[in-house]
Amino acid sequence: MPTEQAVRVTEPTGKKSIIPSSRRTVLKTFLGGGIVASLGSFLYPVLRYLVPPAETNLGVDSVVAATVNELRPNSAKIFRFGSRPALLIRTAEGEYQAMSATCTHLSCTVQYRKDTQQIWCACHNGIYDLNGKNLSGPPPRPLEKYQVHIQGDEIQVMRA
Amino acid sequence: MSPVARVQSWLDERFGWAELIAPLKHKTVPHHKLSYWYFLGGITLFLFVIQVTTGILLLLYYRPSANEAFESVQYISTQVRFGWLVRSIHSWSANLMIFTAFAHMFSVLFLRAYRKPRELTWLSGALLLFLALGFGFSGYLLPWNTLAFFATKVGTEVAGQVPVIGPWVMMFLRGGPDVTGATLTRFFGFHVAVLPGITTVLLGLHLALVQRFGISVPPRVENQWECRLNERQEMKFFPNFLLRELMAWYTALAALAVLAALFPWGLGTKADPFAPAPAGIKPEWYFLFAFQTLKLIPAKVLSIDGEVLGVLAFGAAGALWLILPLVEPKRRAGGYRAVMAFGIVAVTYIASMTVYGYLAK
Repeated sequence: MPTEQAVRVTEPTGKKSIIPSSRRTVLKTFLGGGIVASLGSFLYPVLRYLVPPAETNLGVDSVVAATVNELRPNSAKIFRFGSRPALLIRTAEGEYQAMSATCTHLSCTVQYRKDTQQIWCACHNGIYDLNGKNLSGPPPRPLEKYQVHIQGDEIQVMRA
Repeated sequence: MSPVARVQSWLDERFGWAELIAPLKHKTVPHHKLSYWYFLGGITLFLFVIQVTTGILLLLYYRPSANEAFESVQYISTQVRFGWLVRSIHSWSANLMIFTAFAHMFSVLFLRAYRKPRELTWLSGALLLFLALGFGFSGYLLPWNTLAFFATKVGTEVAGQVPVIGPWVMMFLRGGPDVTGATLTRFFGFHVAVLPGITTVLLGLHLALVQRFGISVPPRVENQWECRLNERQEMKFFPNFLLRELMAWYTALAALAVLAALFPWGLGTKADPFAPAPAGIKPEWYFLFAFQTLKLIPAKVLSIDGEVLGVLAFGAAGALWLILPLVEPKRRAGGYRAVMAFGIVAVTYIASMTVYGYLAK
């Protein structure tokens, strides 16, 4: 434990007046600069680490969404388009429509409603028509439309 | 007024900042030819901070389940930018920290810093070392590779040898009769929640005690100082000691960077519970002396199971180690020699058994 007796405190008290202030400034700059530079070298890898690597399977351009006999008129299904959900609708008239199922408001997944024959987002009551156009509620933009091709037995959906 | 001074005066008006940091300004550290040993505790603390930081970073990508753990560590090492570096630093720093903690403990022992009034500082420090070993053991399983799987199997099996409570302890650790995904989930919980929580409290206590009692001066140096008062030297903690400590930290960091960059920590193969144990399987070096001892004890000693005997002996030695300052003989002036002898035997035993464990087939 530190005692009350007179102790000799080693350096640098008393030396202060010996070191010229310009030299002290240089030393302080080196010390501070060194610390800042090393903090930077720690921070850079950490910041790069924090950014997740890009997913590799995002670039899907075409998938088989369903088979011809799968959907009755006035019904729909959600299918995987790359890593995101998409919506395939067979209208009451028997036509096929495909679009992104991600609501343009806050990214909930939308659904087809048989009773109103519209696309509905349950999160904030957003409503789109069968072409994906936003009709009412908070959605700011239409849903992204995809092209539908029927090849033999398969219903193929691709990016427009 | 400079911005720093303004912030200081703002804090001062509200919390009495100047009064709070006054002890730090007057804090001194004894200065003598053995002072270098004082850095070891600080280096251990620094490495612990690195462990917390890199551990949090690993948590961003790690997935604690038998199906995904190995793949997620593989992902960190190969896909995430600097992920290999973060993981490598976490592994190397863990090993260095256990080494410096051991070195710190033996320096405290041989400089006799555990004496009254610092018995509780010793006790909290020794518990922290056991916690560090717990961190090592639980963290080792998390990549879910073959080596980790068998190390955990053997390690928990050893815990199961303890009479009476052993089987229960083993079940508790494994989360079932075997090492499975349930064990991984448990070890993950121990590693990132239970152990850090206990460690934070104990570390706070340990540092508060160090602050309360100041740094111990070895009796030999103290005697010299008492004979010649003008030889007594102390160093201001701030900035003199702190800047030296900072240099020690930078040195540790440099060693860490070299090890992590030149010898990146490997991952091995994914654990397969139905594959045979690979040849030459060994635990981490800090468990090696215990592992080697258990290998050397015969299967039966006087009709007692060899394993049981070994586990009991280590348990007794560990318990004695914890309360060492309290059992030091005080009647004679040289009573401490028994403790010194015990320390020398311990350090020699651990070192030689570790080397033997490495060389043994």
